[in-house]
Amino acid sequence: MNNNSAVTFEGVCRYFGDVRAVDNVDLRVQDGEFFSMLGPSGSGKTTCLRMIAGFDRPTAGRILLFDQDVSQLPPYERDVNTVFQDYALFPHMTVGENIAYGLMIRKVPKPERQRSVEEMLELVRLPNMALRKPSQLSGGQRQRVALARALINHPKVLLLDEPLGALDLKLRQQMQIELKTIQKRVGITFIYVTHDQEEALTMSDRIAVFNQGKIEQIGTPTDIYEHPATLFAAGFVGVSNLIRGELAERITGSQQPFSIRPEKIRLVPLAEIPGPNTFSTTGSVQDVIYLGIFTRYLVELDGGGDLVVAQQNLETTSMDMLSAKGQRIKLIWSCDHIRHLEA
Amino acid sequence: MLYMLVVYLGSLFALLINSFFYLDGFTGKIVHQFTLKTYAELLQSSNMQIILRTVVMAGAVTIADALIAFPLAYYMAKHASPKLKTWLYIAVTLPLWSSYLVRVYAWKLILAKEGILSWFVNLLGLDGALNWLLHLPGIGGSSLSLSPIGMFIVFTYIWLPYMILPIQTALERVPRSFLEASGDLGAKPPATFRFITLPLSFPGVVAGSIFTFSLTLGDFIVPLSLGNSRFFIGQAVYSHQGTSGNIPLAAAFTVGPVVIMIIYLLIARKFGAFDAL
Repeated sequence: MNNNSAVTFEGVCRYFGDVRAVDNVDLRVQDGEFFSMLGPSGSGKTTCLRMIAGFDRPTAGRILLFDQDVSQLPPYERDVNTVFQDYALFPHMTVGENIAYGLMIRKVPKPERQRSVEEMLELVRLPNMALRKPSQLSGGQRQRVALARALINHPKVLLLDEPLGALDLKLRQQMQIELKTIQKRVGITFIYVTHDQEEALTMSDRIAVFNQGKIEQIGTPTDIYEHPATLFAAGFVGVSNLIRGELAERITGSQQPFSIRPEKIRLVPLAEIPGPNTFSTTGSVQDVIYLGIFTRYLVELDGGGDLVVAQQNLETTSMDMLSAKGQRIKLIWSCDHIRHLEA
Repeated sequence: MLYMLVVYLGSLFALLINSFFYLDGFTGKIVHQFTLKTYAELLQSSNMQIILRTVVMAGAVTIADALIAFPLAYYMAKHASPKLKTWLYIAVTLPLWSSYLVRVYAWKLILAKEGILSWFVNLLGLDGALNWLLHLPGIGGSSLSLSPIGMFIVFTYIWLPYMILPIQTALERVPRSFLEASGDLGAKPPATFRFITLPLSFPGVVAGSIFTFSLTLGDFIVPLSLGNSRFFIGQAVYSHQGTSGNIPLAAAFTVGPVVIMIIYLLIARKFGAFDAL
């Protein structure tokens, strides 16, 4: 069997006294994939990352790096490198010395070190910065230096702990693309921790959704978004409407909870007849939020409950949108687009 | 604020002015005329020896304190639990709550020929070694409590808290992520210490050294209590302004340490001792 699982967790637990930071987690990260661990603060994703790096040891279970049990190995004996959330660039060294640190520790001779540093600076698009000090760089530049410092050692796996958190939106989006490009070029496994679901959806080959120390779902971005397995996954990834109980019964005839994405609902005049294979309900528009590309409506349904609807602003202007407030409308969506959920 | 400046700088200025006056050997009165004769006297070899002796002592004490304080500060900063750290803080600063003079005299008793250290050395059969130590030229003496060696021991003890605390603060300011990053990049703990911890906490050592160096330079209680006829700056100032009434020379002797410390502080600033401010 060709097992190229770069990182494997087998029943990994990390308890801090009574607190179960990581509760019996199993996962396999494929070699060469961009794997994200997504979840809110305190969900266990960062603890898992730190255990892969070796800054923390599991209370129970095993962690394997390409089939080698590394659970008890210290960080300097593992072939992984980390990009820290605060970059952790050494302030008393130049950019070049920072990047070359791992090589310097391993006593790589100076000329070879310098060549590698220049290569890395090219890769992260910071040529001629070797002699600067970290304090002279911008946030985005520091982030790239941190990346270079990790990659120069050609680790088998690169761990990234919310590296883009401190950057502004435009820079973050730009860096997301750059990180993805670098990963494809270098070809190594990236394990990426974030609480930003949009980031995870943009960059990942697969995502593991964490909640309270457990994994709720692992899948491709499309899987997680279109077919959330649990209530939490549906709610956390993308905005979604979660319908259950009496409201669910009124619309679908059964009390089983389901989710429907806001962009899958059409707002139509009350008089329109719903086509076959659709669900529908009526209500009045309570709130309109204009977001440039699309408009978000909060619709209060007749008989209780509300739904969030998102419509692209194809032909309308903001004035038209805002005048919808208070209107009574019908909501229609395809039966195929609902996702039944376990509670 | 202004009055503080006036009082502080004013008194320093008064001191400085006095060093440019001159004591008339015949009349025993101070001649209030601007002259450099007093400084010429200061530069005589016997007086320069006093200054040199004091500077060497200050340097030795600083090095000894740095070497002793660093492991203690490291333990407090990196390994002690929060509760233990509080107790250690108290332990380090508690001596400072007591009278400085009492502590010096306590050491004098400990180091005396009839004192407990002597008894202990006798017990270990190391009398010969102690005797050899006391016979070393320049730093030996009739007993530990009356020799530069004894002064060195007491100085090192007395100023130790002032070295521990800045080092401990500097070590605590080294973020944990730096140490983790170093380990992540393949450095074993000794390498991390050498390349990351030590360079980043060195400004703390420099800050502590300002205390140990300047305090030793200007002190006169310890030389008075444990010294001999080989004067240190403190004793020189005391004797000149006391019995002989040679205020100008006393002032000149005092200006010496001021100048030395200004130079020291400028060098310390280069080393980043004031970056935290």
